[in-house]
Amino acid sequence: MTALFQVDRLKKSFGGLDVTRDVSLSLQKGDRVALIGPNGAGKTTFVNLVTGHLRPNSGKVLMDGEDISTFNPMLRVRAGLVRSFQVTRLFADMTPEQHVALAILQREGKSGRVAGTFQAMPDVMRETYAILETLNLVGLARTPVSEIAYGQQRLLEIALAMALRPKVLLLDEPAAGVPHSDTFLIENALAQLPDDLAVLMIEHDMDLVFRFARRVIVLAAGEIIFDGSPREVTEDARVREAYLGSYGHASSAA
Amino acid sequence: MSITNTSATIIQPLPAASSNWLRDLVGIAIILAAAIVGYFLFPNNLALLTRMIAIMLFVLSLDLVTGYCGVATLGHAALFGAGAYAAGIAAAHFGVTEPITMIAIGAVGGAVAGLVSGVVILRGHGLAQLVLSIAIIHLFHEAANKASNYTGGSDGLAGITPDPILGLFEFDLWGRTAYVFGIVLLIVIFVLLRILVRSPFGLLCRGIRQDPVRVSAMGASVKRTLIKMYVISGVVAGIGGAFNAVSTQVVGLDSLSFTNSAEALVMLVLGGVGTLFGALIGTIVFIGVEDFVSAANPFHWLTIVGALLIAVVLFAPKGLYGTAAALVERYRKGGK
Ligand SMILES: Nc1ncnc2c1ncn2[C@@H]1O[C@H](COP(=O)(O)OP(=O)(O)O)[C@@H](O)[C@H]1O
Ligand SMILES: [Mg+2]
Repeated sequence: MTALFQVDRLKKSFGGLDVTRDVSLSLQKGDRVALIGPNGAGKTTFVNLVTGHLRPNSGKVLMDGEDISTFNPMLRVRAGLVRSFQVTRLFADMTPEQHVALAILQREGKSGRVAGTFQAMPDVMRETYAILETLNLVGLARTPVSEIAYGQQRLLEIALAMALRPKVLLLDEPAAGVPHSDTFLIENALAQLPDDLAVLMIEHDMDLVFRFARRVIVLAAGEIIFDGSPREVTEDARVREAYLGSYGHASSAA
Repeated sequence: MSITNTSATIIQPLPAASSNWLRDLVGIAIILAAAIVGYFLFPNNLALLTRMIAIMLFVLSLDLVTGYCGVATLGHAALFGAGAYAAGIAAAHFGVTEPITMIAIGAVGGAVAGLVSGVVILRGHGLAQLVLSIAIIHLFHEAANKASNYTGGSDGLAGITPDPILGLFEFDLWGRTAYVFGIVLLIVIFVLLRILVRSPFGLLCRGIRQDPVRVSAMGASVKRTLIKMYVISGVVAGIGGAFNAVSTQVVGLDSLSFTNSAEALVMLVLGGVGTLFGALIGTIVFIGVEDFVSAANPFHWLTIVGALLIAVVLFAPKGLYGTAAALVERYRKGGK
């Protein structure tokens, strides 16, 4: 059976530095995978490579068996591969309502319309507010993003990914910058994602990882050193070593 | 920092549509009022006011690509000049002298020039984009200069004699007909652009200006969207150019000049980028000051414009309208 999402021997180097070394992995429908690894391991680079924001030196990316390696980021999104950004990328002047509505309009092929407004489209409004509701952003729906706390901007970043209804979702540290008391909102949102969606989440918060993931992949120095169950990851010698090597103490690693 | 856990009530979609239309009506009323005041204050200078209208359309069109989409260009006169020449050539060489048809031909000419400029300019980013835009306007200028059989070259294109509008209103010596025609065009286009900038497409363009990477991560095509806006911008600039040809009955090479492009950008910055009213006000102030100062002291007019521009950029970086609007907004919020 062909995987929903498959990455085949991806390689990338910046100058002399090999940041992605022969990375291969695949996701099936409904997967909930956590991608962990020390800082600088190449996790964000991996997301940039597979979503077309960076060009790999070699390797392939497939969706549903189709080679999308030559697609630009836009075409990959249309093929169902959606990401969130580790550092929020939002439109400072625009409101959460406008952000989510724009994502829905884009998904529906209505973003090119030169007349009418999304406020006058009941379906779009209903869905927009349902998504904002999930992330507890309704109260800020009409406040420009530049006036919103960073933690809430992080939530909006997830709202956008949800609005695009992907087949494969890559979340780059969704909880980074969100106050601890609000991470439950992210978990709520994750819980509401459709069952057949494949999710790969990069995350440092191990509690969150263990609650969310049914499979953990560990990346260290550009290489996958572990791919298995959450239970085994803490006992794996190489994983311990990788965290030990970069942090000097193993306890915080997992 | 923490997110207040208010009981989640679904906000009913506000009746945004009606408030939009109300604001449009206010906008129309302001333009009409200004037009009437202008008519009675300067009855002997309607030609100047009419030229202002043509340039307003031009600056509005620049605002679409620069203000709403964030494309830096010093070659936008290509779109304006193309419209002017298209209408002028149709009238002088092909006997198409019905004014509304001439405007439509200008719109098509502008759209084609917009498509060509857009495809070329959008290949670059930042500085490269600016340089490409300068190259474009020089190429258009040179092409018009060489095609002197049609364009009259550096002598300009004369012999444009538009018919009465709708067969009823003749273009009179005082320029009253041209002025009223211009105001009607301006209001129609203003309303259409208001609809455009708040449409889904307008929202997408605003997104592109702020973060094109985010827009492509939403699955939207940045390039196609910008080229579409360039074509729309070309229609508006082309109508401005054609209206200039109809009202002055000549087209000069200067309409396709770098100076014309740069001045439009100055007017836009003066009034405030990214707002339709900013484009209108910048044009009025620039041409008004130009006329006033150059009559009083023709040698110092550029000095005054330079000083004005520095003052605005330093002290009112959002432009005259943008800064005023921000002040009103702050006052309103403070008042509550
Ligand atoms: N555009 C770039 N140019 C050069 N080096 C880069 C670039 N992006 C990332 N790197 C380097 O690649 C390595 C991996 O970075 P990154 O993928 O951001 O790690 P992670 O997300 O796992 O913390 C780091 O050493 C980083 O400095
Ligand atoms: Mg990272």
